[in-house]
Amino acid sequence: MNEDDVVAKPLRHPWRWISGVLVVGVLALFIYSLWSSPSVDHGIIVQYLFNPQILNGAVLTVVITVVSMLIATILAVILAVMKLSPNPLLKLVASAFIGFFRGTPLLLQIVFWGYLGIIYPTLTLGIPFTNIVFIHGQTSALVPSLAAGIIALALNEAAYSAEIVRAGILSVDGGQMEAASSLGMRGGYTLRRIILPQAMRVIIPPMGNEFISMLKNTALLEVVAVLELYTQATMISAQNLAQVELLVVAGFWYLVMTTVLSIPQRQLEKKYGRGFNVATARNRMFGFGKKKVSA
Amino acid sequence: MSQLMVDARSVRKSFGSNEVLKGISLSVEQGQVLVLLGPSGSGKSTFLRCINHLETINGGRIYVDGDLMGYRQAGDVLHEMKPAAIAAQRRHIGMVFQRFNLFPHLTAIENVIEAPIGVNKENAKDAKKRGMALLERVGLGDKFDHYPSQLSGGQQQRVAIARALAMEPKLMLFDEPTSALDPELVGEVLGVMRDLAKDGMTMIVVTHEMGFAREVADTVVFMDQGLVVEAGSPAEVLDNPQHERTKAFINSVL
Ligand SMILES: Nc1ncnc2c1ncn2[C@@H]1O[C@H](COP(=O)(O)OP(=O)(O)OP(=O)(O)O)[C@@H](O)[C@H]1O
Ligand SMILES: [Mg+2]
Repeated sequence: MNEDDVVAKPLRHPWRWISGVLVVGVLALFIYSLWSSPSVDHGIIVQYLFNPQILNGAVLTVVITVVSMLIATILAVILAVMKLSPNPLLKLVASAFIGFFRGTPLLLQIVFWGYLGIIYPTLTLGIPFTNIVFIHGQTSALVPSLAAGIIALALNEAAYSAEIVRAGILSVDGGQMEAASSLGMRGGYTLRRIILPQAMRVIIPPMGNEFISMLKNTALLEVVAVLELYTQATMISAQNLAQVELLVVAGFWYLVMTTVLSIPQRQLEKKYGRGFNVATARNRMFGFGKKKVSA
Repeated sequence: MSQLMVDARSVRKSFGSNEVLKGISLSVEQGQVLVLLGPSGSGKSTFLRCINHLETINGGRIYVDGDLMGYRQAGDVLHEMKPAAIAAQRRHIGMVFQRFNLFPHLTAIENVIEAPIGVNKENAKDAKKRGMALLERVGLGDKFDHYPSQLSGGQQQRVAIARALAMEPKLMLFDEPTSALDPELVGEVLGVMRDLAKDGMTMIVVTHEMGFAREVADTVVFMDQGLVVEAGSPAEVLDNPQHERTKAFINSVL
């Protein structure tokens, strides 16, 4: 053996193993208790797992999540920039928006948008004090419950995401803005090409959380009768009275969706991590990943 | 007298009640190098930032190649320029920072071609070709696909110079370009700047590198507490300073 090579026995981590075994054990017991309960009919679970109504609901859940999240993210960037702008009016408007939508329950907001038709039976979009009208009609027709649900989720999420985006922008060194300006770049261009791509590193991990919260929050749209997964499950169980079984079916699909949807997060983190030696720093700090030891 | 590239007339600048520039007048002819000296806090960085209008000014005028920077004069009235017009003026003025300020998410070549493509709308192929030539010129042709985090300080600063040159500036501003570098890396950056001066670039350089000032500068300006104390050739200001403050400063740096 060359004495320049370091061949060391890796450090043992007994507590990692003990805690791992404990967690798996508790989980197994829980699943077993559910499975062996005489009041849970496994047949119904299996029967409804791939029921078309359930699958349709799951698809709609994904669609609502993605659309709401897209709208929320765009709004969040606008709100964050408004809050960071030197203009006091823009700042105030953004703060008020964020304060309002974070300060009231999401359920309340969903019901509000769902009942918009009761508050304003007709909607008119036009130029005030003139006869020019672009759109006019029944509120319930113009804003169906699906749209109301997406608006509610998106506006609420925008308020939370705005703070995440703002923190991301603030994390970028001030010298970057300066360098961009000195090269003749304008504000919008600098934000798009220089600041946001760097802010992404800080933005993506908490936004991944928000994405998963959003996916689960779609279940709240049951109160305005949007036919997403949870609504479908409750509609079925209202007829066959197999409440627990259908909750298990819905829960299974929620788990599948949250798991699958967190895969793109890793890709995004990799994309926006380029140029920053994050992986190396993390490996050093926590001792994960392969270690290469050379003399 | 040849054309004035920079003509600063009684420039005043305050931050709140703190007057940092108290009437700075100086000029740089085309193709000349001016080295700006002064103790910490004397306003050197602030003055450089006023030249490309990264800071607004409270008094005086700054002309770059005959253009009034940041304002439009109509009779006796000054109008603040729109951001687009200010950005257009800055395209002709390169700036190099003490802390490099490279874009960390872009490789060396991407740093160099970002503004030519995005701002000047140059086509990508031409920009890349010019960019590679510029990286060769600063001695980093083989490092074109490295990220800033993979380069030494001296290499990063040379990429930053190439990035500024890619906009084909008429004037280059350097704010202590070597003071964040390890001593053994200072030479490579000064070497690039020396070549640039030789090729006829008009430059204003804030630096404490006396050797560079002596060799490259056409004019040395010493400022203190927001005022120009003394200006002249390197021999006059560095070897035969007339003012006590200049003497004290030069002795402290040597
Ligand atoms: N953005 C700002 N807001 C308030 N005060 C500022 C700002 N920038 C600079 N100053 C003040 O202006 C004065 C001059 O600063 P400046 O950075 O121009 O000095 P300098 O000559 O470049 O010094 P150094 O050699 O340390 O870089 C300092 O007193 C500083 O505190
Ligand atoms: Mg300075």
